[in-house]
Amino acid sequence: MKVKVKLFANFRKDRFKEKDMELADDCTIGWVVDHLKIPRKELGVIFLNGLSAETDTVLKDGDTLSIFPMVGGG
Amino acid sequence: MFAWTGKILRVNLTKGTVTAEPLNKEYAEKYIGARGLGTKYFVEEVDAKVDPLSPENKIIFMTGPLTGTFAGSAGRYNVVTKGLLNGTIAASNSGGTFGPELKYAGWDGIIFEGQSPEPVYLSIYNDKAELLPAGELWGQDVFSTTDALKAKDEEAKVACIGPAGENLVKFACVVNEYHRAAGRSGVGAVMGSKKLKAIVVRGTGGIKVENPQAFLEAAKDARQKLKEHPVTGEGLAAYGTNVLVNILNEHGGLPVKNFSEAAVFPNADKISGEYQAEKYLVRNKGCFGCSIGCGRVTDIAKGPFKSSGEGPEYEATWTFGANLAIDDFEAICKANFLCNELGMDPITLGGTIACAVEMVDKGIIPRSVADLRWGDGAMLVEMTRKTAYRQGFGDELAEGSYRLAEKYGYPEFSMTAKKQEMPAYDPRGQQGIGLNYATSNRGGCHVRGYLTSPEVLGIPEKVDPDATEGKPALLKLFQDLTALVDAAGLCLFITFANGLPEISAQLRTATGLDLSDDEFLAAGERIWNMERLFNLRAGFSKADDTLPPRLLNEPMKDGPHKGRVVQLDVMLPEYYQLRGWDEDGIPTAERLTELGLD
Repeated sequence: MKVKVKLFANFRKDRFKEKDMELADDCTIGWVVDHLKIPRKELGVIFLNGLSAETDTVLKDGDTLSIFPMVGGG
Repeated sequence: MFAWTGKILRVNLTKGTVTAEPLNKEYAEKYIGARGLGTKYFVEEVDAKVDPLSPENKIIFMTGPLTGTFAGSAGRYNVVTKGLLNGTIAASNSGGTFGPELKYAGWDGIIFEGQSPEPVYLSIYNDKAELLPAGELWGQDVFSTTDALKAKDEEAKVACIGPAGENLVKFACVVNEYHRAAGRSGVGAVMGSKKLKAIVVRGTGGIKVENPQAFLEAAKDARQKLKEHPVTGEGLAAYGTNVLVNILNEHGGLPVKNFSEAAVFPNADKISGEYQAEKYLVRNKGCFGCSIGCGRVTDIAKGPFKSSGEGPEYEATWTFGANLAIDDFEAICKANFLCNELGMDPITLGGTIACAVEMVDKGIIPRSVADLRWGDGAMLVEMTRKTAYRQGFGDELAEGSYRLAEKYGYPEFSMTAKKQEMPAYDPRGQQGIGLNYATSNRGGCHVRGYLTSPEVLGIPEKVDPDATEGKPALLKLFQDLTALVDAAGLCLFITFANGLPEISAQLRTATGLDLSDDEFLAAGERIWNMERLFNLRAGFSKADDTLPPRLLNEPMKDGPHKGRVVQLDVMLPEYYQLRGWDEDGIPTAERLTELGLD
């Protein structure tokens, strides 16, 4: 299946901004995070199609996954 | 007294007198400082029905007990008055080093009353304070005024108004140290109406705290937590507040075209904090004693919008960007720098231009009057300048979106709460922020109860943004805690890493106030209710605790929150109940007694 993965802030460093990734059918968000060598303790907000998601959520074809470190503002 | 200097200045602009008086200790102990203490003085001395532009209105600059101390990020002061934009109690907050300098000069605050016949400025050098003619400064922008007043002493700090304040633009602000502003509610126009151009202050004294050893420990603990937290220790320094553009966009809550479209801006990355850091950031910058350093020093090296300055912050980037469908970051920067230079609130300016563009687009305002279009950066820069000087259509924009939309017969296109423009979060994607906008004591505002933190950022813990359950209680807590933070003289951003225990510990050891954490939080609730009572006396009612019909009735068109409206009717009754207010939103006698407000 194909999933659009978007990275933000310092997660882009040495990785990418946006990429269509070909993934196995039962792939979880956590697998993608680990595959990209993003330390889990640095994870902030994760959106799956704009809605908050956890690392154990299973992805499906056509999803958009957005991964942020912990950041804030206002 | 400890932490407070124990003295305030009273300046009568009508008579031209400047007098020192002792700080009211009882006020200070109950209302702490800054937003709380300034508002207490204000509500005791000014009739709530006062015309904001009349000599009877007052404008109060007030610091907090922690302002200027070693407490983590304690550089704030508040400007309190009856706001010109919407007539609510206005307490507009600013950082930099102006507040600390005022305390080092020996003053907790300044109360300005009356109206000067000629332009003046207040000069403070420690205990010497005098009103001086400002004839040559009148008409000058913020940068020239600041330069002129610093010429005698480079270390002096200046807070002033620009042409927008002089021209009574309804959302003019007070700017200190070139780029920091008490931005909202039109406090700069009140200053302009009093012919008060500036305050220049130099202080060489210090601040005494009650228990230096314990205070140092408390401050070090708070600072350590600020350093260790990923948001305050790293994220804000690297990307500034503008890092929120992409987050809110991915969340589907970045308002587009005056909140008229789905809250997803296709070109968000081109105006994001990441883009700013990559292309234009010179360095980051902090306010007084701040380890966070969220400020941006930004340079547009060439092109039609060549300019440099500080910012833009997230709110300005959104209001000049996605809200106007502008993806030219250089134009956004230029408009933001102009707002600093001319002394205007970007949130209200962008919201007003967006409202105007929508009405032009719909044929309500003829193109012969204003040929405005979505996505036009050059138009934005032109209108920014024209608004400050009230030239051409800028004269209509200078009134804010509510008066503009009402003039053309369509007030529903003004995206305001209590006639103040809402900031950068579409509440149809965040139920809690909708309740916050509707109940904020100064109208559309994000820094009164920032539920974006739990609803979108997951700090301190994640809550469902689409749920209404639990939001009234969470909002009440955030509103009360924020009032305490503002009163203390701390920056709101500490709350990403510091909670009530850290805030209270610093306050307790600095002031000697023997209050529990809960009693400090109750001071925040007391401040909130005092502001509410002022607004009720000013003529506001339950009917004003609402949102534009678009947000209540028009479902979000697309994106993650498609189909949602703000369920205010579900949340508001519970909110009133939790506040101890009756069904009309009026505080009950019992609650006022509990809070010591009877």
